[in-house]
Amino acid sequence: MDSFTTPLLAGTATGALLLIAALGLALTFGQMGVINMAHGEFLMAGAYTAFLTQQVVTNADVSILVALPAAFVVAGLLGLLLEVTVIAWMYRRPLDTLLVTVGVGLFLQQLAKDVFGAQGDPVRTPSWLEGNLPVFGYHWPYRQMFTIVLAVVALAALAALLKYSSFGRQIRATVQNRDLAETVGVRTRAVDRITFFVGSGLAGIGGVAVSLISGTNPRLGTAYIISAFLVVVAGGLGQLKGTVIAAFAVGIATSFFADWTSASMAQVATFALVVVFLQLRPQGLFTVRSRGLA
Amino acid sequence: MFSPRSRLATGTVVALTATLGLSACGNKDGEGTAAESCVDTSGDSIKLGFLNSTSGAMAISEQTVRDSLSLAAEEINADGGILGKEIEFVTEDGASDPAIFAEKIDKLLTGDCVAAVFGGWTSASRKAMLPVVEANNGLLFYPVQYEGLEASENIYYTGATTNQQIIPAMDFLASEGVESLFLAGSDYVFPRTANKIIKQYAAELGIEIVGEEYVPLDDDDWTTQVAKIVEADPDFVFNTINGSSNVGFIKAYYEQGLTAETNPIISVSIAEEEAPAMGKDVTGQYAAWNYFQSVESPTNATFIAAFQDKYGAERPTSDPMEAAYTSLYLYKALVEKAESFEVDDINESADGVTFDAPEGTVTIDGDNHHIAKTALIGQINSDNQFDVVWSSESPIEPDPFLEGYDWWDPSAE
Repeated sequence: MDSFTTPLLAGTATGALLLIAALGLALTFGQMGVINMAHGEFLMAGAYTAFLTQQVVTNADVSILVALPAAFVVAGLLGLLLEVTVIAWMYRRPLDTLLVTVGVGLFLQQLAKDVFGAQGDPVRTPSWLEGNLPVFGYHWPYRQMFTIVLAVVALAALAALLKYSSFGRQIRATVQNRDLAETVGVRTRAVDRITFFVGSGLAGIGGVAVSLISGTNPRLGTAYIISAFLVVVAGGLGQLKGTVIAAFAVGIATSFFADWTSASMAQVATFALVVVFLQLRPQGLFTVRSRGLA
Repeated sequence: MFSPRSRLATGTVVALTATLGLSACGNKDGEGTAAESCVDTSGDSIKLGFLNSTSGAMAISEQTVRDSLSLAAEEINADGGILGKEIEFVTEDGASDPAIFAEKIDKLLTGDCVAAVFGGWTSASRKAMLPVVEANNGLLFYPVQYEGLEASENIYYTGATTNQQIIPAMDFLASEGVESLFLAGSDYVFPRTANKIIKQYAAELGIEIVGEEYVPLDDDDWTTQVAKIVEADPDFVFNTINGSSNVGFIKAYYEQGLTAETNPIISVSIAEEEAPAMGKDVTGQYAAWNYFQSVESPTNATFIAAFQDKYGAERPTSDPMEAAYTSLYLYKALVEKAESFEVDDINESADGVTFDAPEGTVTIDGDNHHIAKTALIGQINSDNQFDVVWSSESPIEPDPFLEGYDWWDPSAE
């Protein structure tokens, strides 16, 4: 059972982390068409927020609960800043945003190195996440379960926001047909900004979850950004359910490949699998049928 | 048959190099300097190059090497310099990029005309500098433990080679009665080479390798691999992970219920600098080095006092820092024995040059340019310092190609 439960459960947790990272991208890339390569650095910002929170709230049991909303706000504000100063000037120019945000990402990494040092800082795990639950021979860490819970909560909150709130309806309207939305009085620029804030903030929450795995370091986001894009593209643009399925599929597949071969080979194998899948189904798992999306 | 054109071309190149060498050095006496060396030894100072990454991912480690080099230079100058000449050091930033290391060492040797260069950390940076330092017949002092299998006439290796760190660590494990071993490493040249040696020696010692896992350097999530360690339940884990990935490994290790009592770890890249950054209590785990801050000797006490006096009492000293500090003193001893700054003269009389280093007395092997070092195993205590629990009886002669080990077969998988 070990060789099945271990990769399955560990892979689900990896998938959950990918999902949190990809949800924000699904919003900004999937719904707004912005390729934000600095999204990984918003994860890093979230991780450093977790570290800084522990310097203020020294009780690790409590600080993680403070860090989650704090990281959402910090990463969200960073995203907002990026949107207002850079991205707003290049909507519908995806290649330009790609290049510029790669630069912004490198800038943020160097900034973190200069401020916090290159070595990275430790983030203490709260005592209620210490330990593990034996499941068929796998000592399933509570931390992994927490990541899954976090992903489910983030997903539910985002889905509810999009579906039931008036703000969510405005986002969907703007995405589907910006001109028409404007004519019925939706302030699309404001909607853009808030969408970017929420999408980036989700990355901040993901960063807190990552900090529990390995502490902080300036390059932390780079390991996730490519996989997160892979998930969004494989899942199909403009639909959250595709992202969800793709995130868990990629996480679990990587984990199984790692179990059968090695961690390095697993990345190659997963990438190859997604490439083959996109050959067969270039639009991803699900797409929105709408004239608003080119 | 000689073609006149090629002879002309050669002549031009020689003349050009000579001119460049002269103009770059600004040798005012106008003496004809050889093309391969433009080092100016006529004044009361001698130029040395310190090439370390002060930016990029390796900066945190390499800055500590730079600090101890500067300290050694200051001390030597206060004591009358090298052959009566004051050290004037030129610093360059390798920027954690092997290509920049190659470019900067070229600049130091041919532009600044330094007599020797000190620095480098990753094997990639050393491999990038090697052809440049050989082509210019320069000198490089490399202060970090590495995977061995190299010996350049133009490099002095003052960190450990494998038979002074990896192999003694295995001897220690055998003496502890270890029967099963799990290998965990980052996926690049050092861990792969180290584990190849470990596997062959383990077969010789009768230690069973119950697992071998690698994770890319930029991947910090060790959860799946640690699950395999739990399953294999080894007596010991041999850790050749480098950098921030260690943090993820240690976290996952404790998370899944492993402890220093049940399945201890022996590491070759966790030192005094890294131990506090693990985010977990690593008390009780082991590390193999040739120097610990806790080494008790008057020389080490003086070194620590001088270092902390200059850089702050909270700064720990570690193996690569000590090896860098030692390298400058060894250079001084080499030059003074040869009574010359010429590379060829230095190499000729290198064998047997010693220095009473903080780690103990070290001696240069003239054949392979490594130094004899005592191997130490330390156990981390609650102050993130290492208590020495085992040491080789005497300094171990360097054997970078493991020629003295008949179990070693470099061609085997």
